[in-house]
Amino acid sequence: MKYPQELKYLKTDEWVKVQDGVAIIGITDYAQDALSDVVYVEFEIDPDDEVSAGDSIGTIESVKAAAEVHFPVSGTVLEVNEEVVDSPEMLNKEPYAGAWLVKVQMSDESELDDLMDAAAYEAYCQDR
Amino acid sequence: MFTPHTQKDVEVMLKSLGIEKIEDLFSVIPEKFRYPKLNLPEQLTEMEAAADLESIASANGSTKELLSFLGAGAYDHYIPAAVDNLLQRGEWYTAYTPYQPEVSQGTLQAIFEFQSLICQLTGMAVCNASHYDAATAAAEAAILADSHFRGKRKKFLVSRAVNPQYRAVMRTYFRPHDDIQILGDDEETGIDTDMAKLIELIDKDTALVLVQYPDFFGRIVDYKSLIEAAHAHGALVAVATNPTALALLTPPGELGADIVIGEGQPLGIPLSFGGPYLGYFAVTEDLLRKISGRLVGQTTDMAGNLAYVLTLTAREQHIRRGKATSNICSNQGLMTLAATIYMTVLGKEGFKEVANLCYQKAHFAADQLSQVDGYQLAFADTPFFHEFVVKSERPVDEVLEWLRAHDILGGYDLGQDYPELENHLMLAVTEKISREDIEYLTAVLEEEYHD
Amino acid sequence: MTEPTIFEMSSPGRRGVKMPACDVPEVALPKGFERQDLNFPEISELEAVRHFTRLSQLNHSIDTGLYPLGSCTMKYNPKINEVTCRLSGFANTHPLQPEDTVQGNLYLMYQLQEMLAEIAGFAGGTIQPAAGAHGELVGALIINAYHKDRGYHQRVRMLIPDSAHGTNPATSAMVGFEIVPLATDARGNVDLENLKSLVDDRLAGLMLTNPNTLGLFDENVEEVIKIVHEAGGLVYGDGANMNAILGVTQPGKIGFDILHYNLHKTFSTPHGGGGPGSGPVVVAKHLLDFLPDPVVGIIDKGDDENPPLYGLVTPAKTIGRIKSFHGHFGVHVRAFTYISMLGAKGLRDAAEKAVLNANYMQEKLKGTYTLPHDRSCMHEFVLEGFWDDVPDIHALDIAKRLIDYGIHPPTNYFPLIVKEALMIEPTETENLETLDNFVEVMLKIAEEARTQPELLKNAPHNAPIKRADELKAAKELVLCCYPLEEMQS
Repeated sequence: MKYPQELKYLKTDEWVKVQDGVAIIGITDYAQDALSDVVYVEFEIDPDDEVSAGDSIGTIESVKAAAEVHFPVSGTVLEVNEEVVDSPEMLNKEPYAGAWLVKVQMSDESELDDLMDAAAYEAYCQDR
Repeated sequence: MFTPHTQKDVEVMLKSLGIEKIEDLFSVIPEKFRYPKLNLPEQLTEMEAAADLESIASANGSTKELLSFLGAGAYDHYIPAAVDNLLQRGEWYTAYTPYQPEVSQGTLQAIFEFQSLICQLTGMAVCNASHYDAATAAAEAAILADSHFRGKRKKFLVSRAVNPQYRAVMRTYFRPHDDIQILGDDEETGIDTDMAKLIELIDKDTALVLVQYPDFFGRIVDYKSLIEAAHAHGALVAVATNPTALALLTPPGELGADIVIGEGQPLGIPLSFGGPYLGYFAVTEDLLRKISGRLVGQTTDMAGNLAYVLTLTAREQHIRRGKATSNICSNQGLMTLAATIYMTVLGKEGFKEVANLCYQKAHFAADQLSQVDGYQLAFADTPFFHEFVVKSERPVDEVLEWLRAHDILGGYDLGQDYPELENHLMLAVTEKISREDIEYLTAVLEEEYHD
Repeated sequence: MTEPTIFEMSSPGRRGVKMPACDVPEVALPKGFERQDLNFPEISELEAVRHFTRLSQLNHSIDTGLYPLGSCTMKYNPKINEVTCRLSGFANTHPLQPEDTVQGNLYLMYQLQEMLAEIAGFAGGTIQPAAGAHGELVGALIINAYHKDRGYHQRVRMLIPDSAHGTNPATSAMVGFEIVPLATDARGNVDLENLKSLVDDRLAGLMLTNPNTLGLFDENVEEVIKIVHEAGGLVYGDGANMNAILGVTQPGKIGFDILHYNLHKTFSTPHGGGGPGSGPVVVAKHLLDFLPDPVVGIIDKGDDENPPLYGLVTPAKTIGRIKSFHGHFGVHVRAFTYISMLGAKGLRDAAEKAVLNANYMQEKLKGTYTLPHDRSCMHEFVLEGFWDDVPDIHALDIAKRLIDYGIHPPTNYFPLIVKEALMIEPTETENLETLDNFVEVMLKIAEEARTQPELLKNAPHNAPIKRADELKAAKELVLCCYPLEEMQS
């Protein structure tokens, strides 16, 4: 199970990478493992949408389960990764790299303070 | 009654549980609520129950004794003997939902074949394992449209020529949602077949337009301009159909429909006082992921052999729970099987023969009736399938009473649903009606007028 | 073992059932609407009969063997039901016939309404809903309408236990309720402290399954109902598990406001490979006016010489029509037949034997399998299909191995609050030998898990197919006999 050090995490299994005020969001290795083979990704938002932390990004479906993904931060949607819609299995293979989900121009960087670092998230996952 | 336990069995079981009597197992129930006296009739043996039910059934007048021209959403067709004979196999009807594919390949393959037949019939890409009936399928079509636009489009247009029951059920389903509007079926927008007034109502806030084909009045209407107009505004079009008619008429899939629903009762399912029936639901490939209800797909097993399974189950309530678009759990399993067997034993030619007989006999009846003084065909310039409307000089309830006295169920009084169609009677004619039956009807009506 | 599809068996020109020649002059089809072709199968009647007979033989069914599916109540489907629902006087009546020609049907439906209300202790009800989930929708719509009618538009929160069947939250979402999860305590009861913390004046109601999906009767049910009522909410009963309490207790008398039944579970009507079901809803007096349109009522009481006249009636504040016509009449006849034969005595006997059978099995299995809630169960119980010493074996493997012994797997992975759940419900129509055999097989499988785990991992070995590739089914969609692209053109 991988927990890249430079990322921030949520208990709901999203990760966030911050680059110049832009938050890149995806789901963690733990999440893709729990879901097992992903077959479908459905986004509920479009570029330019204004979103708040907690709003729904969309749903990820596997054969046996469906997981809701939510925005960890507020802001404006810059880009939605259409590649994962065409090849949902990418989420199982590279959840932290090519299978990012959405990029957001953050409106309030202080929201990042509520997120966990890699060590905290790893500890949380061990206890589940 | 059906419990096999002997006294000895019970003793053995109680002993293994270390209790004295069965009642001890219910001590968790507060005493004041335990073992109420139920006010029900005394129990009956099978023989007595059979006699009782026969006596109740004989208090009815059925289509065996009465010559019936009733349609309006349920049709009296001949059901080949093979259908019910096969349906009565215990392996079919005492099986459960096919969640364990290894022991339900029969049910799964039969549903797969049903899906295939309906796709062929409607000209659509994907069909589910059925809804309860056409009315709830119509409501589910609206739910699909609502979810497709993520709740951003609030207008649902429905033609007034759609079965009143379908429209009523749609309204019930959307009752709690005050922001949703269901419109277009008012008297002002009307029932003209050019659909112009309904088309005028389509705009960028329209999620769905629902029409019927043939419509509730049996008329065959050209929806090309309506479908074009709807698509120009990005709205979805749902067409409610009669499956028998589709044997002979261009299917809505070829006309550009996004969703095709219908009542499958005409496909080998008895009238049975209104149920259980069969709602079929088919969509284009684009809408595949949005479809509710069960879907059977083909795959292989671990040994590489062909196998059938329920698929895309992540959409359904048992996985999505609160996020499922619909709460539907069951399908009409046995009814889809009946329909599949019916369409198979009749086959391509047999099914077309049934449809043609309905069409021809209905046209003969319409022609004969239009020649009786005091009756004229309504919508005379519009083509129809196997149901047509007659305008009567006398009140319809008087006409129906007169026909009843001659053991005829004359048809459906449209005035009860459409104030503008007072004194309009709707008749359906299926392959079970003979030429003599039609001539008898005509003779009785002629007699009535001259009295 | 593959049976070709009807399309693969097709041969142009083969005929099945033929219709008579047309006895009236023929006219042309309307121009512009003539269908070009209909690609339906062309096979003979014998081929069709063989096909559907052989397909049926690939199914496990109650008629062939034990089907201990928790919460489904796979009891014997009496054959007399199949006779009575097919009586011509029932099967050949059109739903829109004048009421005086169908007094037999209306009488039967009225009696069934009354009997179902009586059995669960309510004032009246509707038999129109087509299935359990449909009945739930009716219940949720009634709760919604009731609060709105009294001006309480803020009552939008619906409490749903974490053990609930998926249709409960799905239904609540359809009606626009805010779903509030309610915790279950260690004994398998509704967590009272959690409940108290969640009720306020925004409460619409609680959807409670009792006995719940763990097969347990809530030890504090009166208190639970009191808390909800005091907060102004209604209590909806999911009656899927009524088989445990027929003639033993009445939810309406305990305080439930609404309840739905599943006739295809509790009242022996056939599951039919997935349907048709029937989900009657019974209500307390204060909710009668909100029932769907129509219900069956007595139009004229009649007298010594004349029987009562039955008819369809629209309740005063109805939520509206919820399906076409009057409901699944063919299923009503079966349920009516069954209740007539059992009577009060037989219903109580059914519940008692169902509960006895389940407890007997639970007692014999709980040593070998983990029983998360070790107390007397009702008609079903939940085991964990998992052992720490053989962590590679999951509930799914145990379930698939049962197939090799001629037994249908129990419900698995539900309820969600038990890890690797196996939900087992024998029903009352199974004899002692069958119960003992099931126990023996389960013990054997537990042993195989340690000594020959590959027997479980690769199970089933003796079924018409091996384990199906469900991932492939979801990724490479083949949903009908024609490729999707072909259907579109």
